[in-house]
Amino acid sequence: MDQFILQVLNGLDKGSAYALIALGLTLIFGTLGVVNFAHGALFMLGAFCAVTLSRLLSLSYQVVDETRTDFLGNPMQVDVPYVYGIFGEPLGDAIINWSVPLAILFAIPVMIAVGYVMERGLIKHFYKRPHADQILVTFGLAIVIQEIVKYFYGANPIPTPAPDAFRGSFDFGVLLGFDPGAIIYPYWRLVYFFFSVIIIGGVFAFLQFTTFGMVVRAGMADRETVGILGIDIDKRFTMMFGIAAAVAGLAGVMYAPINSPNYHMGMDFLVLSFVVVVVGGMGSLPGAVAAGFLLGILESFASMSAVIDLIPGINQVIIYLVAIIILLTRPRGLMGRKGVMEE
Amino acid sequence: MLGLEKKDFRLLVIVIGLTVFAPFLLNPFPVQSEMAQFNAGYPDLMQRFVIFGVFAIGFNILFGLTGYLSFGHAAFLGVGSYAAVWMFKLLSMNVLPAIFLSVIIAGLFSLIIGFISLRRSGIYFSILTLAFAQMSFALAYSVLTPITGGETGLQLALDDPRIFGASQTASGNIPVPALFGLEMRSSVEWAVGPWLFTFNAGYYLAAFFMILSFYMAIRIFRSPFGMMLRAIKSNQTRMSYTGLNARPYTLAAFVISGMYAGLAGGLMASMDPLAGAERMQWTASGEVVLMTILGGAGTLIGPVLGAGMIKYFENIFSKINSTILHEWFAFLPDGLEDIVVAMIYPFVGKGWHLTLGIMFMLVVIFLPGGLVQGGQKIAGLFSRKKVDDKDKSTASEPAE
Repeated sequence: MDQFILQVLNGLDKGSAYALIALGLTLIFGTLGVVNFAHGALFMLGAFCAVTLSRLLSLSYQVVDETRTDFLGNPMQVDVPYVYGIFGEPLGDAIINWSVPLAILFAIPVMIAVGYVMERGLIKHFYKRPHADQILVTFGLAIVIQEIVKYFYGANPIPTPAPDAFRGSFDFGVLLGFDPGAIIYPYWRLVYFFFSVIIIGGVFAFLQFTTFGMVVRAGMADRETVGILGIDIDKRFTMMFGIAAAVAGLAGVMYAPINSPNYHMGMDFLVLSFVVVVVGGMGSLPGAVAAGFLLGILESFASMSAVIDLIPGINQVIIYLVAIIILLTRPRGLMGRKGVMEE
Repeated sequence: MLGLEKKDFRLLVIVIGLTVFAPFLLNPFPVQSEMAQFNAGYPDLMQRFVIFGVFAIGFNILFGLTGYLSFGHAAFLGVGSYAAVWMFKLLSMNVLPAIFLSVIIAGLFSLIIGFISLRRSGIYFSILTLAFAQMSFALAYSVLTPITGGETGLQLALDDPRIFGASQTASGNIPVPALFGLEMRSSVEWAVGPWLFTFNAGYYLAAFFMILSFYMAIRIFRSPFGMMLRAIKSNQTRMSYTGLNARPYTLAAFVISGMYAGLAGGLMASMDPLAGAERMQWTASGEVVLMTILGGAGTLIGPVLGAGMIKYFENIFSKINSTILHEWFAFLPDGLEDIVVAMIYPFVGKGWHLTLGIMFMLVVIFLPGGLVQGGQKIAGLFSRKKVDDKDKSTASEPAE
């Protein structure tokens, strides 16, 4: 039983990342009808927003501390971050420590801007072109974004720690009456899960309860009619592209402490999130979220040693296997609308 | 000639000429000169030109003609290399059975994957092929280690059986791949004044196979079968209304292009007898997509050009470092020199992928017909005669 709960928990954090990326992907597909292969790159850009902010905050100047000496007996040089000068030392320390959560505020405008520029500058010209062309041009864009990031940040992963308060693990088992140590779960992954639930809830609430969201939903259902009614639907869809980019970016920001960002992390996630979107159903938002969590949990179950002993290698291929089965038996996906991309 | 139209025959002759004289053409700079680093006429790189040429020609038969975008073609190349290396391990170091088996195995493998994947089209087809390729990659990397060598890759060993050959040479080394005694790595060097030309046995074997593949591709492009494939690309619904089932044709195209990939894999293993799982990763599949699109999908010569161009960039362009840039721009005033070098530097050397990505995007956006279309446009500007539609369609019009 404890193993079971542990695997569900393990699946949740990966599932959250899948769900967030897939949500953005399917949002773009549902509104603009574009297959965006650069979405993984947006996820990666988000993670590098966290890196950038933590670097900016720790920019320091050096002062000579007379009271201490280094091993040669000379007065020691101490790095003092500029934020100390602005906020004072205790608050400055806290800000540096909390740079990853703070990067959320930094990433939202950056990612919306990136998404906006991307849509207006490039994707806009590809609405009428075949899906293959859209895949190709966004694939090229993903390479370009990757290489730019690589140029500035190098090819090695950059460790970006979570705030001290969330380091360490949480003994989940005690809460449920198991032995101590039976189910141990890192705090930050729990944070990641709740964060993704909030973001997903936010996106759904935005679409469901605001006028803007209503118009977007109407546009998804019948773009032409909405246009005839005198609404500039393209403008809203551009905004939705920005929001989708921001969702992917935030998923990346918060993922930075779990997996040190490197320039090709987006590509690794991209393939999987496409599979997630297809399993959930092209253009179905709840489908993408459900499939994201489902596949995340399935993946962690498949990596249990009991399962691997039974079917060797299953942990490596489970997601693809599920995708193949779904595509062959029910091409519209788990929750896809009938008639949308069924061919 | 050879069952080809005059125009196609001319193209074939040009390709044969270029491949045969490649050791001269790719080595235009004397060895001692500063430009020698742009020489691409060394065996290793020339082999890669033609092998990836084969791979791209095959991919083009599927993508260029039918429009089915496979994102998992590297799996067939990987399977082909594994098959070839196993042949070296078990049978003998002769390359012919190895290449033969790699084509057969890749063909069977693509038959299975194609049979399943082709039940869907468009983006779903791309994702299915991607999923299969990633599965093969993951399995080759982990569970199938006894067959594939896992992380270290499949290598030859001294105690391999090699029934029809020797397990080891007289001096106790692992034997090298050969064609009836002619070692693949053996080369003849010819120095003419300051120039040095290298003629490599492996390159000419691979070039022979590339010319053969190219000839086959022309025949397929011009055959009724090729017309059927084009019909699938332009309007599959109409095709099925006229009573034709598209599935057998697409499956045949898929298997043919899988066999081409297997041939490329087998050749790769013949030049350097090892095979690794990373050849099957989806980025490797992405590379062949890049090559084909860059050169011109649906054109005959495009994929070969694209393959050559990407491999040239990968090996030559990436060698340019800041010292070399500084040498080039030394004639500029100091301050300006630094600025120019700083501006160019991100695009060369380790950053060549950036150039590749930008070039690829530009091609997709402005030149859907690839470099071939670009060449035609430029040629059209200079020739007074307007290129009429009939002319273009016989030469190398993308099969849209």
